[in-house]
Amino acid sequence: MLLTALALALLAIALAWPVPLLLAAASWPSRAPGTALLLWQAIAIAGGLSMIGALLCAGLAPLGDDLVRAALALPAALAARGIAAIGVPGLVALAAAVALTVYLLAHLVRTIVLANRQRRRHRDLVALLTSPHPTRDATRVLDDAAPIAYCLPRGFGSTTVLSRGLLDALDGDELAGVVAHERAHLDERHDVVRLAFRAWRSALPWFPIAAVADDQIARLVEYLADDRARASVDRAALARAIGLVVPVIPGEPGAGGVTEIGALRRGRLLAPSRLPSPTLWAIRLAAVALVAAPTAWLFTPALSGLG
Amino acid sequence: MATLGQLERSVMDELWDAPDPLDANVLRDRLAAADGQRELAVTTVLTVLSRLEKKGMITRDRSARPHRWRAAGSRAEHVAELMHDALGDAGDREAVLARFIGRVTPEDAAALRRLLGDRATAD
Repeated sequence: MLLTALALALLAIALAWPVPLLLAAASWPSRAPGTALLLWQAIAIAGGLSMIGALLCAGLAPLGDDLVRAALALPAALAARGIAAIGVPGLVALAAAVALTVYLLAHLVRTIVLANRQRRRHRDLVALLTSPHPTRDATRVLDDAAPIAYCLPRGFGSTTVLSRGLLDALDGDELAGVVAHERAHLDERHDVVRLAFRAWRSALPWFPIAAVADDQIARLVEYLADDRARASVDRAALARAIGLVVPVIPGEPGAGGVTEIGALRRGRLLAPSRLPSPTLWAIRLAAVALVAAPTAWLFTPALSGLG
Repeated sequence: MATLGQLERSVMDELWDAPDPLDANVLRDRLAAADGQRELAVTTVLTVLSRLEKKGMITRDRSARPHRWRAAGSRAEHVAELMHDALGDAGDREAVLARFIGRVTPEDAAALRRLLGDRATAD
């Protein structure tokens, strides 16, 4: 089982460092944002799973080659022989596996609780600061010059908030594009995906790849929402709206990120291009395999037996 | 009959616009004058006030009898908080936000209401 531990550790390292960097630098995700989002999630899950799995395998190696059986035998072995049953290194590895699992889960729960509290507060503010749009359903207008549009997630009223600045800046088609874009975020539950990656980022503040992943996810969900919106509204109008809404910063060129993402989104709207279907399916299969392989490795004695 | 949500908004608007803290009686009179809600009871206003207090939107001055109330922050501050929340979520828009904090004046708000009225008919 030590060999399994080693293989999983190598996989964990690959998924923690070079693989995400390569994916972040690749250009194809803008041509297949949904598939790229799937791959990012697979990398995050497989990375965590193989890291924790590697520690478990290393810790339980003295108790046999079958991870499940070794785990079940652990209490009896500890009762009979004390720490000697797995040795001090084994104990350290097990403790690290448990600590890492608890830490990551606790952070996810904490992030969810904080996000819910913030959303409740936000919903209160929206109710007090905005007025209902005279003609659009489930839409409220904020009295502010900044051109913004966003949606409150489901469970919080599913409201679209538009600012006066936005209504001023956009014509009817452009506004329809912006609203369709924001609705797509709501319908596809992008807030949930973002929450998971944000939890990961806040759990590992010293780990730059978590921030890279979070930023990539933010970009991909914008692409996805653009693609959904373009199915129902005029894409030239949507591209115009992005140009009008994002860089409206009086007298100052936007910070790199602002203009960069706006330009990228406009570019892919005006010259749409999709990855060929076989490539898409190959990537999707790879994403599934990425999660399935370490799982199978951990729980199939025949494979663990290799060690 | 206005809903509690609408009443909360009207009460906040009164408190945001008032230079001094107001008590429930004065608020009831102003709301009645603004919306023509003659049947509005002071107890209803007190209910709304305690809901707003729970939300941290207003504070109570207990030294006066009857108690008087003031907005915890200005309207502009709350708009800024709202925008910070909404935009902070999408990291790439934070730079946009910083430029716009605290820019709404009462004149802006009045112009907006006219404008929204125009939009309503234009749409």
